[in-house]
Amino acid sequence: MSARRFDVLLLFAALLIVWHIVHVVVGPDVIPSPLNTISRAVVLLQSEDFWKDAANTGKAFGLACAIAIIAGGIIGSFLGFSRFAAEVANPIVGTIYSIPKITLYPIILLAFGLSLSAKVAFGVIHGIFPVIISTMSALTNVAAIHRRTSRVLRMSRTATITAILVPAALPEIFSGIRIGVAVTLLGTLLAELFASSSGVGFALIRAMEIHDVVDIFAHALLIFIFAAAINGSLHYIERKIYRHG
Amino acid sequence: MSYRPTSVAIVRMLVVAGAFVTLEILCRTSVINRITMIPPTEMVSALLQIVLSGKFNADIAFTIVNTAAAIALSVAGGFLVGAVLHAFPRFRQAAEPLLAAYYAVPVFVFYPLLIVAFGVGRAALIVMGALVGVVAMIVNTLSGLDRVSSVLMKTADVLRMNRFRKLILIRLPAAGPYLITGIKLAVAYSVIGIVAGEFILATAGMGKRIAFGYQDFDNRTMYGMLLLLLLLVMAINGALALWEKRLHSRFGQQ
Repeated sequence: MSARRFDVLLLFAALLIVWHIVHVVVGPDVIPSPLNTISRAVVLLQSEDFWKDAANTGKAFGLACAIAIIAGGIIGSFLGFSRFAAEVANPIVGTIYSIPKITLYPIILLAFGLSLSAKVAFGVIHGIFPVIISTMSALTNVAAIHRRTSRVLRMSRTATITAILVPAALPEIFSGIRIGVAVTLLGTLLAELFASSSGVGFALIRAMEIHDVVDIFAHALLIFIFAAAINGSLHYIERKIYRHG
Repeated sequence: MSYRPTSVAIVRMLVVAGAFVTLEILCRTSVINRITMIPPTEMVSALLQIVLSGKFNADIAFTIVNTAAAIALSVAGGFLVGAVLHAFPRFRQAAEPLLAAYYAVPVFVFYPLLIVAFGVGRAALIVMGALVGVVAMIVNTLSGLDRVSSVLMKTADVLRMNRFRKLILIRLPAAGPYLITGIKLAVAYSVIGIVAGEFILATAGMGKRIAFGYQDFDNRTMYGMLLLLLLLVMAINGALALWEKRLHSRFGQQ
């Protein structure tokens, strides 16, 4: 336990040292020093502007997550309850999932303009497919013995769904939600980079345009910490669900 | 329990065709206006015009060559890093959370820094694509090497293979299906990195043409190029997915 924590600390120390060496080698125009970056990040965390940006991003991210999870869950269950529908839909959904959605940003811009809805839409097209795919596959993969049990017990359709199918499918659905939330964050930030006038992504592109290298790194660092925290906590919940199932 | 494959395929084709026809009707009846989207049939004709006239051949070649180079770099680099991490489990355990969170950061915000380092041109784009693709390969190399069954490794020990022979004759083939998954993802991510870089700043490329078309309200070029790019990516993805499936049915899932 403590040995593991020690390893993590060691890795971070090593990363900071490597970062600093690279900074010295390639120069401050390309990579700022870790110390500079961290102190700028601390300054950002104390500034009002940053929190305004963060609130903007958070609003879009939250909305996009809600839509991706709810709509993805509904579409996924609709397709997953019928094996035939699942077989028809599987390669179609898989293909759409695999296309690089960043190429679609001009279409989103044309359709929604520079608005909150553009950010939400871009987040949703990133996040909804992992949720659909996992829900669909979780429901079609529910063991036949579970289905038969519900028939032997003469359970009603609603009882079968709430007492058998959902609990059996939940762990896999949650894996999809975890991936969906991560890519929704990415999608929301991408939309802010290319198609918006507010939010953390926009602050990032502004830093990029005036070539404020320290600002770019400080924002990226904060985003990374936020993403790692979300990812870590969702992993933690997922492990708990699996232990129950 | 499975349904007849032909009827599934027919319904699937009908669904896809139905979606296109609906979109066509919506565009033709101006429910979706022309500035937002041109009808799918016009996208196809714009695509054909781009391919047949050859006026954007240099851009298309630029993107394809760069993407191929970025994929090669990320696959080779990712495999090497993955193999080294796998050899040092303690180090790997500490690094895993970082790998897991990597894709939440839009890596291409560092693209301007690459331009400072390499100048505007191929090198910056290739490094960008490789940086985006490499972590998918690392992660899948790790999970592939994890899943080499201990029976195989014991057999290698019984046959007194040295480390190198073990790697080439046992580990690589056994991890094969997962490595293909890694390659598949590395392809998808490298394309994202390169096209995003071309959107931001480049001298040529398909992404640049799409961005230009968007800025000039030249929807034919924009949608034609977009369709061409998506079809190329889907074709590569489809081929790799097929290969992956075949390898999985040959080796994996015992």
